[in-house]
Amino acid sequence: MGGLPAGKVEATEHDYAQWERRVDALMVLLSGVRGGTRLMTVDELRKNIETLPPDAYERMSYYERWVTSITQTMIQRGVITTEELGRKMEEIEKRGGK
Amino acid sequence: MAASEMSARFRPGDRVRVRKAYPLGHIRTPFYIRGHSGVVERLCGSFGNPEELAQMRSGEPKQPLYRVRFLQKDVWPGYRGDARDVLEVEIFQHWLE
Amino acid sequence: MKEEGSYQPYSYFQLMEVSLRELLVDKGIVTEAQVEATVEDMRSRSPERGAKVVARAWVDGSFKQKLLENGTRACEELGLDVPALRLVVVENTASVHNMIVCTLCSCYPRMLLGIPPDWYKSRNYRSRAVREPRAVLAEFGLQLGEETAIRVHDSTADMRYLVLPMRPAGTEGWAEERLASIVTRDCMIGVAVPRK
Repeated sequence: MGGLPAGKVEATEHDYAQWERRVDALMVLLSGVRGGTRLMTVDELRKNIETLPPDAYERMSYYERWVTSITQTMIQRGVITTEELGRKMEEIEKRGGK
Repeated sequence: MAASEMSARFRPGDRVRVRKAYPLGHIRTPFYIRGHSGVVERLCGSFGNPEELAQMRSGEPKQPLYRVRFLQKDVWPGYRGDARDVLEVEIFQHWLE
Repeated sequence: MKEEGSYQPYSYFQLMEVSLRELLVDKGIVTEAQVEATVEDMRSRSPERGAKVVARAWVDGSFKQKLLENGTRACEELGLDVPALRLVVVENTASVHNMIVCTLCSCYPRMLLGIPPDWYKSRNYRSRAVREPRAVLAEFGLQLGEETAIRVHDSTADMRYLVLPMRPAGTEGWAEERLASIVTRDCMIGVAVPRK
């Protein structure tokens, strides 16, 4: 991305939502930064973000890209399956919102 | 040196060129720096190859990683800053010649 | 008439986060307690920690040397826990101003300073910081003197960077805590300088 034409840097900050902080925490835990089993690498996180569709940057926020990439990596590694994920998402949706 | 490490070919002060190749996969050598020539500022150490780590492989043997210094005016046509401005990028040995 | 309550449906991605986390907990890979503890741990990592390091380097010349030689070890010497961080500290002088970016993603010394700001991760910063650093600095309100060259660091691999800003004139005799209070996160990224 370096060197491509781009607009003014908007010095925005936002206070991260709790779910975003949990995504960040999951990455710390799964990549074994603080010890424990390393189930994925930051390289896989990056690779799976790089291979998102081209409009991902427009459509998705930073942690939306992260959660997608981490989940994709877990599926690629066989830690979870697509079926398990689908069933769990259906179950949680039925359970209701936050 | 561990058997799973490559030996360092370059030293600080060596002039090096970044290979101009565009293969597929996860690569940590930015597009903008490929084909450019700079000077080794330091050897950072040897680290697992991110190209392989991204594909769920071990990334061994570890590859020497260098910080390479480039003059901005050499990298960007029409660069409007100072002639002494530099850009330093970490580049793995296998991308340097 | 629809009853108003506190029900808020999850967005697709929030649903994914909850689902992923519950699956990992179900499988015994992580616990909810670990996730919460890690969230709190990351919250505790903030620019104040980096400011402590800078202030110490300003008052203690031998610490500064150690910091420039091995950033990680120097932080640990100050009692700062920085797991998995390979820190390179780059020093601003009258003739060189340093600026940090990660064009490929958003690499940042998180274990020292915490989570980076949105703008650091933005397309615009990442594209332009390497190519037109002075224009970007001007947008942050920083104008460098003619005698100052810029050194931009693109964190493309395993090292992480911290800018050691210049100590402003007129701070002689200040206590370390007071010195640390003028070192902002943006000074340590290189888009600002400390002001007293």
